[in-house]
Amino acid sequence: MLGLGVDRLQADINRLLASLFHQGVLDEQFLQLQQLQDETSPNFVYDVINIYFDESEKLLRNLRLLLMDREFSDYKKIGLHLNQLVGSSSSIGARRVRNVCVAFRSASELSNRPGCLRGLEVVEHEYHYLKNMMHELFQLEQQRILAAGVRYPM
Amino acid sequence: MGVETESKFHVLAVDDSLFDRKMIERLLQKSSCQVTTVDSGSKALEFLGLRVDDNDPNALSTSPQIHQEVEINLIITDYCMPGMTGYDLLKKVKESAAFRSIPVVIMSSENVPARISRCLEEGAEEFFLKPVKLADLTKLKPHMMKTKLKKESEKPVAIEEIVVSKPEIEKEEDSSVIEILPLHQELESEQLEPMLSSNKRKAMEEVISTDRSRPKYNDITTSV
Repeated sequence: MLGLGVDRLQADINRLLASLFHQGVLDEQFLQLQQLQDETSPNFVYDVINIYFDESEKLLRNLRLLLMDREFSDYKKIGLHLNQLVGSSSSIGARRVRNVCVAFRSASELSNRPGCLRGLEVVEHEYHYLKNMMHELFQLEQQRILAAGVRYPM
Repeated sequence: MGVETESKFHVLAVDDSLFDRKMIERLLQKSSCQVTTVDSGSKALEFLGLRVDDNDPNALSTSPQIHQEVEINLIITDYCMPGMTGYDLLKKVKESAAFRSIPVVIMSSENVPARISRCLEEGAEEFFLKPVKLADLTKLKPHMMKTKLKKESEKPVAIEEIVVSKPEIEKEEDSSVIEILPLHQELESEQLEPMLSSNKRKAMEEVISTDRSRPKYNDITTSV
């Protein structure tokens, strides 16, 4: 029964979202993001989150390169990268990623190298968790759209 | 009814981050604005038609080739950008005779009070903390309205157009808004009302965009 498929998928989506909110992975800013999507821009959330992934991964790679360098001393640069990550994570409602970036930034402001390395690991962990969750969400959404689009032959 | 359709407000958004450009573009579109995004202050100035002299970056002149065909009602710019910061851009716009009347809004992810007051002192209308919300953008309407009204008052009067005869309108929004209406009630008053009385209204009614052809530029995107 196609109708049940759509309902079940919608329930799965709702359950996943509720769980992410409950865990603090996402906050209400994510809902604001969804409100920006409409018929004139039907893929907005998907598109902007993918841009977020691309940009974040570049920033994380740069952060790792900077910190792995034995002669590293440019904490200001780390700060700039983190400002960008904090900002974009806030914008999509990625509460936990944002928070661990802020903690990382504090370590960089104290020029605390081991603290920065730890901070980076935590950020990478939270970021990948978020990315996996988003992928799951997008997959469910895609399936739901397909299920809703299939007509029951009369 | 021969009503001239009003064009949407056109906002120039400046941010070096693709993510932020995508966000601000969608927010502005959702607020019924036409948007052009550029990724740097110098591209913003180019778009406006201000030529930046490579030998003397402080010298600005209006490029003879680019007359400002595109009417910009507001510039919204990120503060922290490599090269020309949002503050630098603000200064250049306010120093230019041709463009100082364009309202400028600064965005930043950092809440630095000294930075905020410096920008406001330099002439920024608003300072938004990121993440910018839809509700923030409703604050832009009054600023953009001022430029629209001013431009209307400079245009020659035509029967179908809204007639605004007082050049000093932009000084006092409220009282002058009320003054216009009685003078022009018999003309296009239905058109006037939604535009003028919404100054204090949070959500402005959407206006229909005209199909103007716009000059093409590289490395920028304009979307309606």
